[in-house]
Amino acid sequence: MSEKVLMKGNEALAEAAIRAGCHHFFGYPITPQTELAAYMAKRMPKVGGTYLQAESEIAAINMVLGASAAGIRAMTSSSSPGVSLKSEGISYMAGSDLPALIINVQRGGPGLGGIQPSQADYWQATKAGGHGDYQILVFAPSTVQEMVDLVSDAFDLADKYRMPSMILADGMLGQMMEPVVLPEEGAKAPVEKPWAACGHENKREHNVINSLYLTPEKLETLVLERYERYEIIRKNEQRAEEYLTDDADLIVVAYGASARVARSAVNSLREQGKKVGLIRPITLWPFPVDTLKKAAAHTKQMLVVEMSMGQMVDDVKLSVDCKIPVSFYGRTGGMIPTPAAVRAEIEKLL
Amino acid sequence: MTAILLRKTGPNSRRKEAFAKAKAMIISMKNLNMIFAGFGGQGVLFAGKVAAYAGLIQNREISWLPSYGPEMRGGTANCSVCISDEPIGSPLVTNPNVLVAMNLPSLDKFIDAVEPGGTVLVDSALIDKKVERTDVNVHYIPASAMAEEQGLKGLANMILIGKLFRTVCCAEGDYGFCTEEVLDQAIQKCVPARKAEMLDFNRKAVQLGAEYNG
Repeated sequence: MSEKVLMKGNEALAEAAIRAGCHHFFGYPITPQTELAAYMAKRMPKVGGTYLQAESEIAAINMVLGASAAGIRAMTSSSSPGVSLKSEGISYMAGSDLPALIINVQRGGPGLGGIQPSQADYWQATKAGGHGDYQILVFAPSTVQEMVDLVSDAFDLADKYRMPSMILADGMLGQMMEPVVLPEEGAKAPVEKPWAACGHENKREHNVINSLYLTPEKLETLVLERYERYEIIRKNEQRAEEYLTDDADLIVVAYGASARVARSAVNSLREQGKKVGLIRPITLWPFPVDTLKKAAAHTKQMLVVEMSMGQMVDDVKLSVDCKIPVSFYGRTGGMIPTPAAVRAEIEKLL
Repeated sequence: MTAILLRKTGPNSRRKEAFAKAKAMIISMKNLNMIFAGFGGQGVLFAGKVAAYAGLIQNREISWLPSYGPEMRGGTANCSVCISDEPIGSPLVTNPNVLVAMNLPSLDKFIDAVEPGGTVLVDSALIDKKVERTDVNVHYIPASAMAEEQGLKGLANMILIGKLFRTVCCAEGDYGFCTEEVLDQAIQKCVPARKAEMLDFNRKAVQLGAEYNG
């Protein structure tokens, strides 16, 4: 096993991507994500890869589209306003069945918003990034180590299902340092992509990468096929962590940075013998519906904590099917809830 | 540590065992939550990193979270460092048990949040004010002046680190977690190879702080 090192979340994401075999990065700087691009700029030339700072976010995402169409493992990263700009390209990639990794180190919004940590892009990531009927895989790490681990999974699943995947982090996770163990370099073999438009010297039929279908019958068929894949993903790829939920009367549901805050609150209440637990969705799409459904059968209520005005709370309510009460507590605009405030909120409900 | 991560995937008996263990571990928690605060350029982020590395070398759970907002760009900077035996929840320290203050705005901003019984280190060469609270342990070290006098310009942060480790991190008590040799290893990790000549200056600064009575 390699050595434990202290790394910033943003830099760990970058190094993990390189070690996952991604040698093509296209980006545009934005706080609080910039260290990721800066790290790539330093590291990519050393591994014979390409780091390119594009003229805009839109250009960067379309470069990712092009690289991916040629069968290359490619990625981009940004923060909230930048991801809004990239959303058109993400829709095009979904419509062209192209894999890629998009990292969103979220900050406060809407508009240019602020630069402090936020989770207000949950809807954008899981429901409505760009236009059209589509989903992308969305992963929500809550530690720097998990950021590293999920980068590799996000790339692999994107390739497996031929669709974009996203790591939805936030400014806190991007900026903080924690100990990490990185995977070995060069351990990943490149994935075969027979569909790629990468030149073939007339040895096979043309591969066409396209998202434009003017015949509605054809377009509907393609979307329906894609939705069959989404159904398989919903069945097989849900992930969540449960913490002290077995005997819990109240379960907090939180992801990413707010799950860390919630965990502190849960720990301090457990010290006093209060039966509270935590469910932390790790995949936001597919949402871990099964874990929540099962938990709803034995707990009395849930409290959703987010750094937003309440977005994931909708999915929690849908998952538990109104069988138990679901409350919400959140801070927004770059404010980080304190463990004491979450604890007070739980105490009000108990 | 991993025992505390309970997933639905394990067999039932293993889950129950892990559950009991996780509950027991919570009671033994002693978290060291520190804030290092001052002007940009004084090295408060670096000082926090050294403390975090000491925790890493000791195989503790650690986190380091810097301020990166407009306050950093305009002048003041701070970082939160947590060192613990348990996985760290919120890395943002709101009630520190250690505050290292290198300027007056930082002392004013954080002093009321320090936990009763906590330790406060004040660079008294730059902060011309006494702490009014009587329920915290305050050390006044004229670190900036000492650094200047000893030809260690810019190393007031490490003088304070020396004092912090002598009085808290390497001391007996709830928050002692390492030895001064570990601190030295941490400094070696944090001083980049291209600035190797700085290593001895850092060591000298740490020694000065550790031996200062105040």
